[in-house]
Amino acid sequence: MTISHRTFAAAALISAALVSVASGQQTAKVAPETIAAYVKNTWKAPAEGWQARVDQDQTQRICSETRNSPGKGDFEKILAREVASVAYPADGKVLGDWKAGEAVAQIGTGGQFSDKADGPRGGNCYACHQMAAKELSFGTLGPSLLEYGKIRKYAAADAKAAYAKIYNAQSVLPCSNMPRFGHNKFLTEQQIKDVTAYLFDPESPVNKP
Amino acid sequence: MRIGQRLSLVSQRTLLCKRLTLLCIGLLMSIVVAIPKGQAQQAADATEKEIERYRAMLSDPFANPAFLNVDRGEKLWTTPRGTKNVSLQGCDLGEGPGKVDGAYAKLPRYFTDADRVMDLEQRLLWCMETVQAVDMKDVIKRRFSGPGVISDMEDLVAYVANKSSGMKFAASLAHPKEQEMHAVGEAMFYRRSAVMDFSCATCHSDDGKRIRLQGLPNLSKSGKNAQETMGSWPTYRVSQSQMRTMQHRLWDCYRQMRMPAPDYASDGITALTIFLTKQAEGGDILVPSIKR
Repeated sequence: MTISHRTFAAAALISAALVSVASGQQTAKVAPETIAAYVKNTWKAPAEGWQARVDQDQTQRICSETRNSPGKGDFEKILAREVASVAYPADGKVLGDWKAGEAVAQIGTGGQFSDKADGPRGGNCYACHQMAAKELSFGTLGPSLLEYGKIRKYAAADAKAAYAKIYNAQSVLPCSNMPRFGHNKFLTEQQIKDVTAYLFDPESPVNKP
Repeated sequence: MRIGQRLSLVSQRTLLCKRLTLLCIGLLMSIVVAIPKGQAQQAADATEKEIERYRAMLSDPFANPAFLNVDRGEKLWTTPRGTKNVSLQGCDLGEGPGKVDGAYAKLPRYFTDADRVMDLEQRLLWCMETVQAVDMKDVIKRRFSGPGVISDMEDLVAYVANKSSGMKFAASLAHPKEQEMHAVGEAMFYRRSAVMDFSCATCHSDDGKRIRLQGLPNLSKSGKNAQETMGSWPTYRVSQSQMRTMQHRLWDCYRQMRMPAPDYASDGITALTIFLTKQAEGGDILVPSIKR
């Protein structure tokens, strides 16, 4: 069994447990062209630069069609493509400033059609994850990240993996529900480093009981 | 009188605002007090309970400003308007011209005269244009209310939907075009796009999940969650101080999903509405409701 086969098996287990729609059967009740026509009708003339948000990339299309349970072939293809997209900091340092990272984790605005282009933009991590114990307003769509770095003994390899996960969640698990923050250029490299530090700095409240 | 129908309470609005403010403060205080450090699960349960209590207190039909919208909507429905100077009593919402009782419970549906499937908003727009010939530009401009802006569309939706309050959702899906739209709506529910890679299903396909402290209904399956969600729109949004329709809710979802604003009363929104209404089949309609 190759590593990617094991990854597939493990990820399939995880997604079966996490995705209630699972089982991969998508019923082709309607032709893709029909769906495309409705989408076109619903967003007839997006503002300049926004059409790309309506159009899907290959990964989004496959994850939609398979309801986040891609078959083995698609799984491998997505994984290879998304792994290749991860850009690490040139100096290899994945840890930024945890205080700035906390702000990124808290901020839920940016990139909405109601937001100013130069307004605050964050990762909105707390919408889905528990992080620092002191923050009680957290969502449950993603796993708890309490004491994330401490549990991993602040290992450099784990910090690098966390950076990659934030940069492109699908480089770890194809069709993950988590946004591809770096790949989609939603967060900057510095912001991703700061969030990684929020998870991995021993002084970060994430690692305080 | 059917549950929650026609309760006009202008003077209670100020009182309501004061009561809600007190409720919020009380809610926050009880959360803070009730949570011992480090006991995450217990804290989460206590939080859920408090939020449930808050919701129950909010859904008091005697304190719901959206019944002002219902009253304004009734007036709009019966007042001659447009260059044809007629009321909407000649408008067929599917149950016959002028018949409002129970019409909302069967929408969206296929209309022979337009040869299209329409939701309530699309049908109202069609009637205003063809029956009354009103200035559609102005109607569309005021599609959503805001500070100092009253929306005819929101008021009419409140009135018509309220006339199905106490009934159950019963969309037919007998016509092939209704079936096509249902299938498209389901596909759009799972369609991931934009800079966050989100679909509706990202947030609404599991039981008991939350965004921050806000509970998320699982709309991927039929039953209680879908019934309670769809059966409680249109609703008075306390956080927005306005009555809102499902059309606005979906517009707001796409905003949060980082998509461009969907066109008002477009077929994709109707497709999603058919899908969600079908998921809510058999559920009670109790509208307008009141929510956070």
